[in-house]
Amino acid sequence: MSCFETLQSYAFRSLGYGERLLPRSDFTLCDQFVLIGSGLIWNVYFGVLAVLGGFVFANALAMGKASRRPALRLPATWFIFLFRGSPLFIQFFFAYFLFLSLKSVSPLFDPLSSAAVGALFVLFLNTSAYSAEIFYGALQSIPKGDMEAANAYGISGWSRFRRIMFPTMMRLAWPSYTNEAIFLFHATTLVFFSGFPAWRQQGDALYYANYFADKTFNPFIPYPILAFYFILLTLTVIWAFGRVNQRLNKHVPQERRQKIKLKMQLIR
Amino acid sequence: MSFYAAFGTVLLLLAVTAPAALLFGLGGAVAARSRFLPVSWFGRGYIAIVRGVPDIAFFLFFVIALDQGIEYLRHKVRCPDWTDPVRQGNDFVVCDLAKMPLSSSPQWMHEVYGFWLAVFTFAIVFGAFAGNVLFGAMRSVPRAQLETAEAYGMTPRQTFWRILMPQMWVYALPGLSNLWMVLIKATPLLFLLGVEDIVYWARELGGSKAPRFTDYPHPDWRMWYFLALLVFYLVFTKVSEVVLDRLTRRLSRGQATLAGEAQRKEGVAA
Repeated sequence: MSCFETLQSYAFRSLGYGERLLPRSDFTLCDQFVLIGSGLIWNVYFGVLAVLGGFVFANALAMGKASRRPALRLPATWFIFLFRGSPLFIQFFFAYFLFLSLKSVSPLFDPLSSAAVGALFVLFLNTSAYSAEIFYGALQSIPKGDMEAANAYGISGWSRFRRIMFPTMMRLAWPSYTNEAIFLFHATTLVFFSGFPAWRQQGDALYYANYFADKTFNPFIPYPILAFYFILLTLTVIWAFGRVNQRLNKHVPQERRQKIKLKMQLIR
Repeated sequence: MSFYAAFGTVLLLLAVTAPAALLFGLGGAVAARSRFLPVSWFGRGYIAIVRGVPDIAFFLFFVIALDQGIEYLRHKVRCPDWTDPVRQGNDFVVCDLAKMPLSSSPQWMHEVYGFWLAVFTFAIVFGAFAGNVLFGAMRSVPRAQLETAEAYGMTPRQTFWRILMPQMWVYALPGLSNLWMVLIKATPLLFLLGVEDIVYWARELGGSKAPRFTDYPHPDWRMWYFLALLVFYLVFTKVSEVVLDRLTRRLSRGQATLAGEAQRKEGVAA
């Protein structure tokens, strides 16, 4: 099979299109590159949707945690502690079996036990908690002068939040939030290693890399390929977030702008 | 019973890995600071590469790589007159004597070997993180302190042991406590490395028992087992938080940092 044919049959294998059977023997470099790349579609899917959804929910949580009303503050604080204090791996397992038992309650919960919906839901909650902590920290470090100036101009309530607090909060939080997003993309590799099954061997990048490593007993090819893809993905994320960062910092003098400093973290 | 013993496995792993990772980190940081370029490159390279790649990929990779590396070395030493290639297509073949552990050794040897492989992998990965933290901490010790030491005529080695090392910890502690939290949360990955830890037992014991084959038929309890694990980790995190808080206060006493200054003022006021 030429490399182009491999590309045709396996490029969308992770979504269920193309050849059903995974290669069994005579693995070429091309096979591995194409299949692992195909799995990456899942990582991008989980990562992008969880970041987008999590952004909105994280803002709500950060506001809740900063609220003076205990009815808002306590649930938000507990939610953040719950998801930041326990391993994502265990969260996946627990959620999967929870969804399985919910399944018998009502068919309404059926889709939740599939990786595409259930795992996305867990990732969404998890990244919300982590980002909320970042946003909360940024909210606390908004310069006092900004608020005083806003009050002096007679801006208050919702419009003060929308025009003064929110943009500043974003600007302060953005470098750490970028790291959180990168980290989330790395965390998507856990999905198929926890409870969630890979339906018809439609797994993510690590699932295929692991498949090749198991079949060939040679970890030195698939894992570096995986690393290569993830470095590309990370660079893309940095680029996209860097654009937003530029926009957020447009009005700030050049030398006071915050650069995005890469700070990797392991396991969540 | 094994389920409870598995909690011990996790705690043992933490107890062994934390100092080991700290040692690796210290080595990495000292190497990165070295004035001899190749050593410095080695230290920086180690820190940079391990930090850049997704965690579990590393865990999955290292365990096989280490295992094969050890077996390959033993193969070279024990069976010098073996002529077949070690890599035969998709197979990794070494002579029987080089198998690690020997195929004749009892089951517990296999488990212990797997556990140490896991510890080593954890130490390498977390050592890189600790190395990064310590490297930063060594650089944040005020220059003036080191210059004073030099002015007193201390050799570089004396400066390192007597001035840099004792002062570095207070700068490293926030990073290290963060790392400890991450390490706690990384322990369920042991399951991926094939060690029979709490995740393994939660899956095994919780799974629905076929009523006819066991004495204790029960439905699928895995959800509850995992809930227990979740609570275990939450409590563990909370306790660590409190302990580390105290440690930070203790270490900042008498240091030239904001926290140390605040404590001094408190003492004066009281």
